[in-house]
Amino acid sequence: MIELDDFSVGFGAGTALRGATLTIRKGDRLGIVGESGSGKTMLALCLMGMAPDSAQLSGRLSIDGRDMAGASEAQWQVLRARRIAMIFQEPMAALNPLRRVGDTVMEPMRVHEGLSRGAAHKRALALFEEVGIPEPVDRMRQFPHELSGGQRQRVLIALALACDPVMLIADEPTTALDANVALRITELLVRLARERGMALVFITHDLAAVARTTQDIVVMYGGDMVERGATADVLAAPMHPYTRGLLAARPDPTVPARNADGTRRRLPSLPGSVPPLNALPQGCRFAGRCPVELAHCATRRPATRLVADNRQAACHLLEEQAR
Amino acid sequence: MTRRLPTNFVIGGVLVALVVGTAALSLVWTPHNSTQMAISNKFAAPSSTYWLGTDQLGRDVVSQLMAGARNSMSVALIAVLMGGSIGVALGLMASAIGGWVEDGVMRLADLGFAFPALLFAIMLAAVFGPSLGNAVLAIAFINIPVFARVTRGAANQIWTLDYVSAARAAGMNRFAISRDHILPNIGAVIIVQATIEFAVAILAEAALSYLGLGAQPPAASWGRLLSEAQTLMYLAPQLAIYPGLCIVVAVLGFGLLGDGLRDMSEPRLRRER
Amino acid sequence: MGYFIFRRTVGFILTLLAVSVVVFAVMNVLPGDPALTILGMDATEDALAALREQLGLNEPLLTRYVNWVWNALQGDFGISHSFRVPVADLIVERLLMTVSLAVAGMVVTLILALGLGIGAAAQHRKFGDWGVMFLSQLGIAVPAFWLSMLLVLLFAVNLRWLPPGGFAGWSDPMAAIRSLILPTIALAVVQSAVLARVTRSAALEVMRQDFVRTARASGLSRRRVLWRHVLPNAMVPIVTIVGMQFASLVTGTIVIENVFYLPGLGRLIFQSISNRDLPTVQALVMLFAAIVVTANFVVDLLYVVIDPRLKARA
Repeated sequence: MIELDDFSVGFGAGTALRGATLTIRKGDRLGIVGESGSGKTMLALCLMGMAPDSAQLSGRLSIDGRDMAGASEAQWQVLRARRIAMIFQEPMAALNPLRRVGDTVMEPMRVHEGLSRGAAHKRALALFEEVGIPEPVDRMRQFPHELSGGQRQRVLIALALACDPVMLIADEPTTALDANVALRITELLVRLARERGMALVFITHDLAAVARTTQDIVVMYGGDMVERGATADVLAAPMHPYTRGLLAARPDPTVPARNADGTRRRLPSLPGSVPPLNALPQGCRFAGRCPVELAHCATRRPATRLVADNRQAACHLLEEQAR
Repeated sequence: MTRRLPTNFVIGGVLVALVVGTAALSLVWTPHNSTQMAISNKFAAPSSTYWLGTDQLGRDVVSQLMAGARNSMSVALIAVLMGGSIGVALGLMASAIGGWVEDGVMRLADLGFAFPALLFAIMLAAVFGPSLGNAVLAIAFINIPVFARVTRGAANQIWTLDYVSAARAAGMNRFAISRDHILPNIGAVIIVQATIEFAVAILAEAALSYLGLGAQPPAASWGRLLSEAQTLMYLAPQLAIYPGLCIVVAVLGFGLLGDGLRDMSEPRLRRER
Repeated sequence: MGYFIFRRTVGFILTLLAVSVVVFAVMNVLPGDPALTILGMDATEDALAALREQLGLNEPLLTRYVNWVWNALQGDFGISHSFRVPVADLIVERLLMTVSLAVAGMVVTLILALGLGIGAAAQHRKFGDWGVMFLSQLGIAVPAFWLSMLLVLLFAVNLRWLPPGGFAGWSDPMAAIRSLILPTIALAVVQSAVLARVTRSAALEVMRQDFVRTARASGLSRRRVLWRHVLPNAMVPIVTIVGMQFASLVTGTIVIENVFYLPGLGRLIFQSISNRDLPTVQALVMLFAAIVVTANFVVDLLYVVIDPRLKARA
């Protein structure tokens, strides 16, 4: 359904995405994991045709067999909502504050499918029920600021499903939510994907969420896809030093995500952070932060190796071991 | 580190220098006497003697425009200085004392916004008869609430800073703090506002003089020249062009200069204006 | 919300009262003898005394102020000295002219400013954006009365498409509309210069927000996103400026009426100044100031209508 082949996104001198190769089929549940700045959101925006105007795209991006890398805004508008839909991180900011949420959810149905107000209302009501919003008739008349964070995210999911897309991209859909609510939202996404036979691309830095949600996983760092495979395999036996670092830095699930005063607890993390785009090393992007770095890592780019069936990683260390 | 000056600052500066320079030059020299009439020589075409020709009474257009620049600059300067100093004083007082004094000053400022300069000038003209002095008073008056608000807003921010608290702890009284610490620190904000209000004042003076509420004949004012030209539009349309261009150049100049100064003093705000 | 409206209404009434005090004070307390102003320097003492009596100038100031306000509330603004008819009648006769011009000016201003401002924001950092910003910078610097003269010079003197001024009344609607075209353009261009800038920067601010991305992700066209999602959210700053612009709309209407010899309230106020007709001037200044204050009051109430979030807070 979606194929990326050697797909890159550049901004002037910097590269936000380097040679991404990826295939997503109907019903796949794929996790994309990495710190902020790893290029995962840029990848998602490219799949929606919503990369910033200043981005230079290269390589192949094909959707439903058509090459969309150079597609016009009008061509993308046909795909959005009807083939591919997306939900975002901050459910408060992602909803138009001046509109009743029911009207927001009904808008794409009316615009794309020419539904009458009555028909759209009926379908929106069914969607609200499907995503588990209680008292949907009343909720539809409310404004975003009158709903809780979890309910807003459910509204956004309903909006994304408005025109029955075959793929849903969820960009950190649980980051802004309480742990408890986040858990239920991920359960909801899995259920919807299963019931509708819809592909789900789940973007997050929360490894626990990815383990619950997805079958396959891609780990990204600095615009590169550094490791991929079945989610269970990768999390059980990570091959790339970055994936190992991420796993080691995983928060203890018994500790709540928020402190007693309600502020978000800082997650334990890898030392340092992803350097800005134009300061990334030319070889392996992880060079400089890697605990097992070799002399040529910073200058030479590691090839992506097929390590086992459905299991890939890009690290010089793997080549050394293979030799 | 050398930083490039903002474009609007450069263009504005050049235009302002042109207008102020012309006004200053007119104090000591104009090609002809701007009020000297020579009926025999009316509506003369542009020539080496009369660069832009003469008007319906044979007066030299260039000399009149130069005198008009002087008039505009002096009216704007006096009005902004008068209104600005009263407004700044009120704003400093409101910020220093706070409480009901601050509320009262701000309510008065709100009240001032209900009166555009024109309405105030109309009242003064009705009571005292129209004159340039009344126009200056009216323009000065509308500057008071503008400066009071800006000053109070900027001053309130400075009052929260540590070194002001230190000065208070050291026993300095509020008047002395306002004078020694607050005023110097909000100087940039006030100068930016003054530059922009200068442009507003030039426009207001031109409108009031055009309507007969400002400069009276034979004093040269761009606005008054335009009201004379309006009756002659079929005969001498060119007379309706030059004074208007002068107004645009002067207003544009001070407006751009003000924007440029603001961009330089608040680089944060520069991005999207 | 009820409390918010109540507080704003009280504030509005107090402001109107304060405005009336200022108008009355400037027109009556400042040194100067209205009787002398009206009759001129060579009037006899007897005539002056009689006129003072007639104008009620011998009453205490406070009594005169209360009488003025009380009568004004009942629609009685006194008798015009120059026209010898009630000021209220003069106002009613000319109100339609002024309101037509102001409303037409405001409507064209909104169309121009919202269109150009949103268009510039959509073209951010491209040629269209640059052009709108340049034009609006120029529009702010051009005096409305000079723009009027240029329009007359071009469309009336040279092309002879439209009348240079005057107004023959509404009995011939086509002629009336033709006479209003140039005044409306002159009024609207200057007003919309400021408003287009505000619209542009407000729209750019909104376009950075996440829900705009959501709307695009829903497959909505850029045009629909701009007009249905961005513009409504940009309305709060826009409405604020529209409210503040009422002061300049009032000024502009007065000026434009005088440029085009339109028989409205702005023309009346200038005739009254020439005629030393103080009651008329006083009534008109009060009326114009009241319009400005009322516009700001309406804007305060509009915020609540525009933004449902304020309902909860207000």
